[in-house]
Amino acid sequence: MEFFQRFAIPHPSPAIYASMVAIALVSIGIVVGLTYFKKWGYLWREWLTTVDHKKIGIMYLLSALLMLFRGGADAIMMRAQLATPDAKLLDAQHYNEIFTTHGVVMILFMAMPFIFAFFNLIVPLQIGARDVAFPRLNALSFWLFFVGAMLFNISFVIGGSPDAGWTSYFPLAGNDFSTSVGTNYYMLAIQISGIGSLMTGINFCTTIIKMRAPGMTLMKMPMFTWSAFIANIIVVFAFPVLTVALIMGTADRLFGANFFTTSNGGMDMLWANFFWVWGHPEVYILILPAFGLYSEIISTFSGRNLFGYRAMVWSMILISLLSFLVWTHHFFTMGQGALTNSIFSITTMAIAVPTGVKIFNWLFTMWKGKIRFTTPMLYSIGFIPLFTIGGATGVMLGMSAADYQYHNTMFLVAHFHNTIIPGVVFAMLAGLTYYWPKFFGFMLNEKIGKLTFWLLTIGFVLAFFPMYLSGLDGQARRMYTYSEATGFGPLNMLSFVGAALMALAFLAIVYNIYYSYKNSPRNIGSDPWDARSLEWATHTPIPEYNFARLPQVSSSQAFWDAKKKGHELFKGEIKDIHMPNNSGVPFVMSCIFFVAGFSFVFALWVPAVIALIGVFVCMALRSFEQDHGYHIHAKEVKETEAKYGKVLNNEDRSRATSRV
Amino acid sequence: MKIDHAQPLEYSTDQNQLNILGFWIFLGAEIMLFATLFTAYFTLSHRTGSGPTPAEIFEITPVLIETFALLTSSFTIGLGIHAMRLGRKNAMVTFFGITLLLGLCFLGVEIFEFMTYYHEGATYQTSAFTAALMTTLGTHGAHVTLGLFWGTFIIIQVIKRGLTPQTANKAFIFSLYWHFLDVVWIFIFSFIYLKGMM
Ligand code: HEM
Ligand SMILES: [Cu+2]
Repeated sequence: MEFFQRFAIPHPSPAIYASMVAIALVSIGIVVGLTYFKKWGYLWREWLTTVDHKKIGIMYLLSALLMLFRGGADAIMMRAQLATPDAKLLDAQHYNEIFTTHGVVMILFMAMPFIFAFFNLIVPLQIGARDVAFPRLNALSFWLFFVGAMLFNISFVIGGSPDAGWTSYFPLAGNDFSTSVGTNYYMLAIQISGIGSLMTGINFCTTIIKMRAPGMTLMKMPMFTWSAFIANIIVVFAFPVLTVALIMGTADRLFGANFFTTSNGGMDMLWANFFWVWGHPEVYILILPAFGLYSEIISTFSGRNLFGYRAMVWSMILISLLSFLVWTHHFFTMGQGALTNSIFSITTMAIAVPTGVKIFNWLFTMWKGKIRFTTPMLYSIGFIPLFTIGGATGVMLGMSAADYQYHNTMFLVAHFHNTIIPGVVFAMLAGLTYYWPKFFGFMLNEKIGKLTFWLLTIGFVLAFFPMYLSGLDGQARRMYTYSEATGFGPLNMLSFVGAALMALAFLAIVYNIYYSYKNSPRNIGSDPWDARSLEWATHTPIPEYNFARLPQVSSSQAFWDAKKKGHELFKGEIKDIHMPNNSGVPFVMSCIFFVAGFSFVFALWVPAVIALIGVFVCMALRSFEQDHGYHIHAKEVKETEAKYGKVLNNEDRSRATSRV
Repeated sequence: MKIDHAQPLEYSTDQNQLNILGFWIFLGAEIMLFATLFTAYFTLSHRTGSGPTPAEIFEITPVLIETFALLTSSFTIGLGIHAMRLGRKNAMVTFFGITLLLGLCFLGVEIFEFMTYYHEGATYQTSAFTAALMTTLGTHGAHVTLGLFWGTFIIIQVIKRGLTPQTANKAFIFSLYWHFLDVVWIFIFSFIYLKGMM
């Protein structure tokens, strides 16, 4: 009996029981559906074992959307609880669990896979490559992320969710104050997906350094690839810090070590420092690729080259360096001396300078351009003023003396959502709309898209701007309720309405996908937006080998110049193309990782050891394996190309130009 | 697979070059990993609670043996790679074998050392200092252990398949890994042991 009690949820509520039933029903539904439609084989061959960067990108994209809804449900519950004073919807414990899981899911299991999706979908195409440097490692990265996310997500139905905030500060996160297994889930789930992220970082750095098309020097790389490059360098240097911090946190909780305890010499501030040495750069891992997407979109829909290409690149490099030098601004009030605070205050504010440079570059790009107000462009235009406001309040928070006033209030919550939603979420949705036709072969409906944009923007302003006021008025963050007398009621009600509008907007996205799938015309050609970089130079749908012949690049807008100035992109003969074989190992190995993670959470040592041995066996097998991939022969490539009807004359080109 | 004969075997295909670059980047991440561990150790090394201090438990003899074993193994693996470049398979396998034996010797002494700590009342749970010490040493030791397996697999493959672009590539990458562990050990030796004994 005692054994089973470990898996019971410490604070059950009707909502959790309902979710359990829902999870069980959905799982059964999926299994039955797959069996009924005889799709198991298809699923295995085409998806679970794939090493194709495009398919992996799509799987990242779907997971991110799924997690957006999980994190969004948490957000709505929080806003509903806070909408009125003294509300009884959630109790304190449940609220703690929800803000914790909301934060973790949104940052690590929604925003991260979203940008990884774009790395996978776009970077190889944009540099004219056939795949990433290590396709199989890429699949492993995805599956590790995925099982990490799943491990985290089952916490609320098995054993209880983490409740110490997404920052998981010790000693609160230690065994004395976080008694359920929740924080174990936090440590292990993030560890597993973090290993995947690190490998993505290594993979993409290698890809971008070594696999660019002939002629594409660093300073001719498209802006999104640049941003991905820098973000991946940050990944390589930031994630190991998190790995170590999580190992230590796990050791404290499971093995009674004393890293972060308040006795036996432990030091809780060490966690705070390590967490933010990773955590602050993490924010730039998310925002730089978002900037990259905006750059692509703004230059396409302004019909102009990006203004100040070099300044853009250098400002990103500067931001990435500074991002490692500001971490203590997250705990100005936790008792480090005035000198330390001043230094970090200055480095923090310095980041505003290169960021400002970028904002002006986008504005100048639009300045003389002929703007087309498509959905992706609306997001990009909306982003600029909203993000600027978020940046300004960031500078306010960066003043350490003043921070004593707003620290841990809703002002902070308003600030970071104000940067991360217009900055990252808008960029993701803009990118989703922009790249959808390339990957799925049809456009998303523009009317619904624009409606979504307005719902989201208005919802966002209503949801978060009132928090600046209530925060300055003293409403603390992470408080599950407040009394009528505080007067916070009306502002919070407004926030709730905003959050509800945002929820509607997210539903509208799903509806848009469904609607467009049913109604949008196919045969849209390979370049429906009249775009500028190489990913639009290949066919739609993209053949598995991406490019029959690798492009020859001579400018940073290679495809545009090919269309406008008649540069020849594809020269020479079609040759045999080497491709990697599919493999089931990444998937299987990740499942074993899941078992290991789960066993560690509950301190079930026997299965944990068996699973770890399983992981090593997989690695050993990989070491002995001889897998040279296969070749698509030139003849076959030519036949495929002929099916697209344009082996020699790129008919799309004329169609695209004539439409403008 | 296109093989470029102007290059040494381990660099001779495109994929080989990618592998080596990728591994260097991985080593960059490893440097961050150990740097973080060292930071933790330096922050916590004076925080001994009611447990022993570094000076009370460190002993020079086993550490010198470990250092000697590991430094020598770095040298022998260098000889192994040299032999590989000359195409002398048997010499290479021998040197790799010696390398792994030295690694095993290192590991044996380290385990003995951990047991001594344990008997002296310095366990993982004793204090922040002991936890940081054993995590740092343990991470390095776990890397060595993994290396022993990995190296063994590579020796088997070289014996079975000969020196091909693939096996040469694997052996070369393994040697980078092994040298890296040696460099980390030099830091451990100087900044943990020597400093702690002073
Ligand atoms: C979609 C609309 C969203 C709403 C309505 C929303 C709402 C909230 C609320 C009410 C809180 C808790 C404030 C408190 O501590 O009491 C919160 C915290 C947080 N949110 Fe969101 N959020 C949204 C989207 C996002 C997104 C997109 C991200 C990141 C990509 C994000 C990241 C976070 C983080 C990191 C926390 C801190 C969690 C913690 O305190 O441990 N949120 N959010
Ligand atoms: Cu920060």
